[in-house]
Parts: sequence; C-alpha cells; structure tokens
Amino acid sequence: MKDVAVIGGGMTMFRRRLKETGKELSYLAAKMAMEEAGIEKSDIDMVVMGSAPDAFDGIHQKGENLLDGAAGAGKPYVRVFNGGGTCVFAPIAGWWHVASGVADVALVVAEEKMGSTYPHPQTAFRHIWDPILDRPLNPNLVWLFAMEMNRYMTRYNIKKEDIARVAVKNKRNAVGHPCAQLADPNITVQDVLDSEMMAWPVQRLDISPPSDGAAALVFCSKEKAREFSDDPSWISGVGWNIDSTMWTNRDLVFPQYVANAAKMAYKMARITNPPKQIDFAEPYDPFDYKELHHMEGLMLCKKGEAPTLTREGVTQRDGDLPICPSGGLLGVGNPIAATMGQKVAELHWQLTGKAGKRQIPGDPRVGVAQAWGDIMQMGTVIVMEK
Amino acid sequence: MAKKIEGYPRYAPGTHVSTKDIVDNKISYTWWEPEVQYSWSLGPAMSKFLQELKKGQLVGRKCRKCRRVLVPPRMFCELCYGPTNEWVDLPDTGMVETFSISYLDADARRIKVPILIGVISIDGAAPLHGFMHYFGEMEPEELHIGMKVKAVWKPKAEREGSITDIKYFKPLKKGGGKK
Repeated sequence: MKDVAVIGGGMTMFRRRLKETGKELSYLAAKMAMEEAGIEKSDIDMVVMGSAPDAFDGIHQKGENLLDGAAGAGKPYVRVFNGGGTCVFAPIAGWWHVASGVADVALVVAEEKMGSTYPHPQTAFRHIWDPILDRPLNPNLVWLFAMEMNRYMTRYNIKKEDIARVAVKNKRNAVGHPCAQLADPNITVQDVLDSEMMAWPVQRLDISPPSDGAAALVFCSKEKAREFSDDPSWISGVGWNIDSTMWTNRDLVFPQYVANAAKMAYKMARITNPPKQIDFAEPYDPFDYKELHHMEGLMLCKKGEAPTLTREGVTQRDGDLPICPSGGLLGVGNPIAATMGQKVAELHWQLTGKAGKRQIPGDPRVGVAQAWGDIMQMGTVIVMEK
Repeated sequence: MAKKIEGYPRYAPGTHVSTKDIVDNKISYTWWEPEVQYSWSLGPAMSKFLQELKKGQLVGRKCRKCRRVLVPPRMFCELCYGPTNEWVDLPDTGMVETFSISYLDADARRIKVPILIGVISIDGAAPLHGFMHYFGEMEPEELHIGMKVKAVWKPKAEREGSITDIKYFKPLKKGGGKK
C-alpha cells in the first residue's frame, strides 16, 4: 500500500437551512479544499462523494445529482454511503483510491441538505426503520438513542450531569469555528439539564441539530504531496466494521463495532496503547453520550470511565486528551456526511498547526477520528499523523 | 514547515435562510410531495411470526448449532450462518432491556402525554432476544430496566397479523412496576 497524504480541507457554514443547492455547497467546499492544496480540477484523478440518506433531500441517486458540484464530471466517480458513518467512510474511500495506486490525487466531497425535508428531517428518518416490526409503532429516531443512552447510563450508573458536560464542552469549543451553527461561549451544565425533554433521557441540548452543509478533502500520494504541499498530514490507519441488523438483540452498552473498526485502524497505524499514543480525538458526537460511548469504543479509556475523564477536564482542549476540539457535531452542526469537516478535516488542520483559535496546545502528532452510522451499528475510524 | 496563518477553515461560505424567508417568499424554492406506496412481502420467517401474533402466540426460531432461540425469528442464523431448525412457542412475558419516555411523535412534533417505548427480551428466547414495543398500565416513573412485563393483546377480532396485535406490555404483577 502507498502512503497517503491529506493536503487540503474545506467546508461551508453549517445552518438549519442554506440557500445554496447541494451541488453549489459541494462546489464551495471542494474549491476551498483545492485552494489549500494548491490544485486545479485537472490535477484531480478521481472523486469520491459521501452523502447519507437520500430521503432527506428527496433526490434519489443523489451522488449523480451532486456530481458536477464535486468536480466529478468526466472522472472516475463513486458515491459511498453508510449513514452517519459516511463522514469518516468517504475519506476512507478516498484513502484506498490513493493507497491502491489507482489515483495519485483524489478529491473527497461530503454533502448533506437536511433543511429540505418537511415537516422535519425526522420525517425522512422514518424511512430507515425496519418496515415489518418497527414502522408500525410510528417510531422517532431519537427513541433509538434514548434507549441506548438509558442502557449505558444504567449499566455504569452515570449521572446525567456528567453527560451534559460533553454538550457544554463541545458547544464552547465551537466558538472558535467559523462554520459553527450552535457555538455558545456561556452555556452551562444547568442549561442542558433544564432544556426541553424530548425522549427521556435525551433533552434538547443533548442533541446536535439538523443542518445543511458540505465539506471536502484532498488526498494524494507521497510524490504529489511533495509537489503540492509543504505541510501535509498523513493517513496512518483506517478501519470499519458493522454489527448485526437485529438491533433489538444487541447489548447497546458498548459499541463493539467501533472497537473492531478501531482495532483494524490501530493495527495499520501500529498503535498498541491508544491513550498513550493518541494525542487527541474527534469521536462522533451527534448526542453528548455518544462522545463518551465512542471514547470507550476507541479504547481511549476503560469501559464506563469516559464520564469521569470528562468531569476531571481531561478531554478539554487544553487537557491531557482533548476530545472534539473542533466543537463536534453538538457545536458546529450535524449535516450527516458533511461532518467530515469537524472530524477528518479537523484532524488535518490540528496536525498541521492550522486550527487557529481551536488549535490544541503542545504540537499534537497523532489524532483519531471516528463516526457511527446506520441503525447504531456502523463504526468508521481514521488515524492521522503529521 | 507549518505556515503561520490565522486558522482553517479560513472562511465559511454559504447563505443562511430561515423558515420565515421561505414563508415570506424571500427566496425561490420549489415543492414536491412524493406519491408512492410500498407493499413488502414478509418472507417465511416474519410471515409465520405475524400469523402467530394474530393467534395471540409468540414464537421464535431455534438455531440448534448456536443453541439460541431467535426473536425476531429468521430462517438463517447470522452467527453460524447456517439454517435455523425449528419453531418454538414462547410465553408472552419478558423483561425490559431498555426504554425511553418520548415527548416526540414520529414527525418530531411535541406531545403532552408521553409514549412509553422500549425493548423487551422475551422469556425463553436467547439473552437480549426480543423486540421494541410500547408499555402501558404503568406510570412513567415505574418503568425500569429489568422490570418483568407481560403482553396485552388486542381483542382477537381486531388482530391483523401485525406487531400492533400486541397493544403494549404491562407489569407482570400488579405493583411489579415498583422499583
């Protein structure tokens, strides 16, 4: 396998609704990534598009619809998709395009428009439930996460306020992010605990918002990285794994599929002691408890220990193990696949010292990003180094 | 060598619009309502399961190799990847594995009277084997993980071979909801 560098990233602002079409958002994000990389469309060999359920924007085969905006016309182009996992899986696909040697330069674009769905993006989420046993009960997707959160909290006797600390940290971290939708420098744990009850134990401020947005990354070979960039970051490991379809038969307390994906990525990256060898992480945080759940899945701490680390400040941007320094999905927003911007692009910017106000102190050298998708069953992991 | 710059992303392209902008016709938009219907054939495993529900009976499917009774039933075992072997009648009782108290309906509209929802593992099936369903005949604060529950069925004439032939699960014993 060839070495794969990241030489540019880009993202649009994230908002509940953006005026631009998905195609236009793809263009804006891709152009920004190409600008940082210093490349033209003619330098791009292949394009990967990441986008989550078609039902959101009601355009099926939406990879085809987004094609021109992603610089894909006339090139080898493919859309990949595994729900929320897409934001880390699209860059994994970009990696294999280059690692395999079939492309020297691959552009990865991730796009989502959730604002088009009426009356609410949740209405589109109905289409992902099993039609035989689940849909007749008129489920709301939040139920799934509420049920998983409840099981996790109950097993380890976790206090709601320790989970709320994640939302507070991430919304505060997002203050330094120009694209952020829900940055809040003054939010407190009490604000989260006092927010509207949606599906116990999930309250309004425990959840990331639905968003429109796009993000992009440029991947290339070592030779091209030398040609185009004086400060690339490097993909040192990738992993992905999925659990059974039968979600009501799963334990839900520990995301084994994330651990399996992490083991695959860590093996490739030669990481044997994750908390010691990894300087910071961008685990997927569509809900505050998910950051904790995923820290445990990524083996950054022991099972049930993530809330304690959060309470002790270890996961703050200036802590020993910064988690979601970007502001995450809770602070920057959650346009499903386009959260590649806070997850993988953030790793690139942090590792190259370009994260500005969000920069982690002390020269971080190894970062891990992770996403979670489909029906609480997909784990996607990328390890990057400077 | 890292360039000394203010920070990436260096700008945030895009134009925010609000619902009001749409309502007030301040932006151009187009509208479409899909008109499509689906009829899913249920396959041998779920057809049998739902026909048995119509009779007021829960059934599982046994994998002899893994010594598991699978609920929901399937004709193959996803672990050993062999065929499952026989139908097993199960009681209509089980245990709450997890739950939520929802103030959201399926379209995320707010509702006053919460929906009690959760996953029930069915007695006699493999650990964790069961399905999602509603709870009733209990206060929200009674509901807890580990609670023993029993199905409440629709009257026979109203059953149609659907998971909703069970109305909800209630505490197995009167006062059994007490923690």
